[in-house]
Amino acid sequence: MTFEPSVKLLVEQVKNAIAQKEQLIIEGGGSKKFYGYPPSSDLPVLSMIGHVGVIDYAPDELMIHVRAGTPLNDINQLLRENKQFLAFEPPGFNHKTTIGGIIASGLSGPRRPYAGSVRDFVLGVTLITGTGDVLSFGGQVMKNVAGYDVSRLVTGAMGTLGVILDVSLKVLPAPETERTVTRSIPVDGFQSYMQSIRNNLPLSAVAHQDGILRLRVSGSEVAVDAALLELEGEETGNEYWNELNTLSGFRGQKELWRVSVMPGSQLFLSSAVAIDWGGGIRWIADPEENLREQLDNEDGHATLFKHNIDEGGAHVEIFQPLTQPLLGIHQRLKKQFDPIGIFNPGRMYKDL
Amino acid sequence: MNIVDKQDFLLQLGIVCGSNLISDAPSLRVYETDGLTVKKQLPWLVALPSTIGEVQQIVRLCHQFEVPVVARGAGTGLSGGAMPHAEGVLLSLAKFNRILAVDEQNLLARVEPGVTNLAISDHVEDLGLYYAPDPSSQIACSIGGNVAENSGGVHCLKYGLTVHNVRKLKLVSPEGELYEVGSEALDSAGYDLLALLHGSEGMLGIVVEVTVKLLPMPEAICVVMAGFASVDAAAATVGDIIAEGILPAGLEMMDKLAVQAAEAFVKAGYPTEAEALLLCELDGMAAELETQRVKLDQILQKNGATSIESAYDEEKRARLWLGRKAAFPAVGRISPDYYCMDGTIPRRKLPEVLATISRLSEEFSLAVANVFHAGDGNLHPLILYDANKGDELQRAEAFGAKILELCIDSGGTITGEHGVGIEKIDQMCIQFTDEELLIFHGVKSAFDEKSILNPGKAVPTLSRCAEFGAMHVHAGQEKFPELDRF
Repeated sequence: MTFEPSVKLLVEQVKNAIAQKEQLIIEGGGSKKFYGYPPSSDLPVLSMIGHVGVIDYAPDELMIHVRAGTPLNDINQLLRENKQFLAFEPPGFNHKTTIGGIIASGLSGPRRPYAGSVRDFVLGVTLITGTGDVLSFGGQVMKNVAGYDVSRLVTGAMGTLGVILDVSLKVLPAPETERTVTRSIPVDGFQSYMQSIRNNLPLSAVAHQDGILRLRVSGSEVAVDAALLELEGEETGNEYWNELNTLSGFRGQKELWRVSVMPGSQLFLSSAVAIDWGGGIRWIADPEENLREQLDNEDGHATLFKHNIDEGGAHVEIFQPLTQPLLGIHQRLKKQFDPIGIFNPGRMYKDL
Repeated sequence: MNIVDKQDFLLQLGIVCGSNLISDAPSLRVYETDGLTVKKQLPWLVALPSTIGEVQQIVRLCHQFEVPVVARGAGTGLSGGAMPHAEGVLLSLAKFNRILAVDEQNLLARVEPGVTNLAISDHVEDLGLYYAPDPSSQIACSIGGNVAENSGGVHCLKYGLTVHNVRKLKLVSPEGELYEVGSEALDSAGYDLLALLHGSEGMLGIVVEVTVKLLPMPEAICVVMAGFASVDAAAATVGDIIAEGILPAGLEMMDKLAVQAAEAFVKAGYPTEAEALLLCELDGMAAELETQRVKLDQILQKNGATSIESAYDEEKRARLWLGRKAAFPAVGRISPDYYCMDGTIPRRKLPEVLATISRLSEEFSLAVANVFHAGDGNLHPLILYDANKGDELQRAEAFGAKILELCIDSGGTITGEHGVGIEKIDQMCIQFTDEELLIFHGVKSAFDEKSILNPGKAVPTLSRCAEFGAMHVHAGQEKFPELDRF
């Protein structure tokens, strides 16, 4: 098989690592180094930033196929020029954030409850596996059920199953307009307020912070106007959503936890410093209690999202520990994709 | 299995299942095929458990004695995914037909796998909610089967496939262990096993409970039907609609033969003189719908639509959809048998793909009616044949295989929503390399080491591919040139 030069280089590095039984840290722009267990600085880095560019973009097919090292900003810019966007609103923690990093971390922004998550928009990937093979799964079309859905499996796998070389994503028409309104509502009242408004308004983000509920409405001018009339809030700018998405308002805390629960959950309402995803995400700073103990009785999971843990010194589980059957499946899958365990060791779970 | 083990297994299974075990040939006959009726196989046994505990015990026994287990929902699948195994137990989940809970605040419904797709929407209709994926078999197909095949429908472009609309699964592992994947929260920790399980055709676990996402019904809906003098004009229109930033809830195309068959069957008022027909459903806020429809109207006019008809009220909308939804049985009326294909292509390739299908149609001397989820590129060519006439069945299958290969060559896939099952297993050898197939086998073994769940489906063995490749030289390149040929 003939590869383009940047792929050839990456495959060679992986094959060398396999031959030397050496582990690798896969890195895009490095904007999410803080996320997960810190990558070991002793290990060589497999840098993706030389593997850039759009392979195919067909606006009227609602599909973009890009190399993993392509900066998110470049993709957003190209889509904007064509009045389209990535509807899962990926967080660009800085200008270096790459699309590969977004796929590997599986992070979606405030629009997620209304538009879908990153994996919902992944159509296909090409991977270098832990045997040095370059394999393609999924494709460039919207509907594809041939073979197991490996593309979505590697989305959010933190690079532990292989090197994502390129990805095909579904894109959507960008909304004609977006506007945000605020309402003063105490935190224990926002859920009943949400119940009281019609559930088929074109909402695209709902968050609660410091006694204020913010609602973003997106769509055509007429639809947004009609929805704003019904919501009767005070209009404000849209800047808040990017700040929330990139957590730029949260600095100085030692720990920032991301707790994912049902939007209607009563957990951590008053202890949350911000609530995103219409109630589905509770951000909690420096908690005194063990958050995970409270999740025993309902579905949800807690991630230590930002922390001061030193490399190798983690005594806390960063991601919610897996149940025994799931851990077994994870370990066996890892073995299939990366038999000798060279990719991002311990980045997600210590045993993977 | 030796005779002693066989008796032991039967005895123990009998204790678990009691009267819910079928072993006599006439009763087994009911289960010999799913919606792909050309593939028939009697199972050894059929078990009809009614509790999760029974499923666990049955699967545990099968695991212990290494007896294959094929799970079956309503048996409406079109790719033979639920075709029984001759030495295996067919595990029918038909008795799991209860809707367990509806959570109006979090917009979720927890249901058993044997509940039909449409029953969920019917159940929550009074709350102004519905379950979005709507395969055309929705009146009969089960949600468990929808998960197994990752079923689509006519509203996929905007609302996604089953995988986009299921939040959580409860499964029984091949060892008989009960576990959960996914969450009632919007995401969960670890690898996305929930996505991996969708479309896995019952080969990774037995689904015993499904939590689906419910959607609020849109405030207003409008269906627009337009006729065109050529397929190319209709295809260009679809591209223009998307390019103009309109995201229809449904966007369907039918060719002349399909239109005429549907019209003759249900009298939906379709323009039978048109070479192609588009059905476009818009939904959203009432305030914006009219603006969207006007914009759509301009696009249709610009592309030379020969007729345009729109419907807002429910009755008329239902009438416009009726012909499309009845397209398969309608074709069944004009031909003794038909073979339904399911490839997906990048939409821009539509004119050339349809031209090639029409050329192949002449080559194989079999007519084709085309029904097409135009918005997302999913083709359903229906090959008309008569199984009682000479080699027509063989010709239909060969023609179908050619269409699948055409989809791959066009940058698409052999199956958009019906699954691989047993039907398209050989074409998997063309779509994927050996190394990719090996990863699929690896995924299978990570869940089912002894390979007792639906063995032999969906992913071909490499030796099967080698055999298939020997008969089949693709684009002048022989696969597995390193193997000796005899």
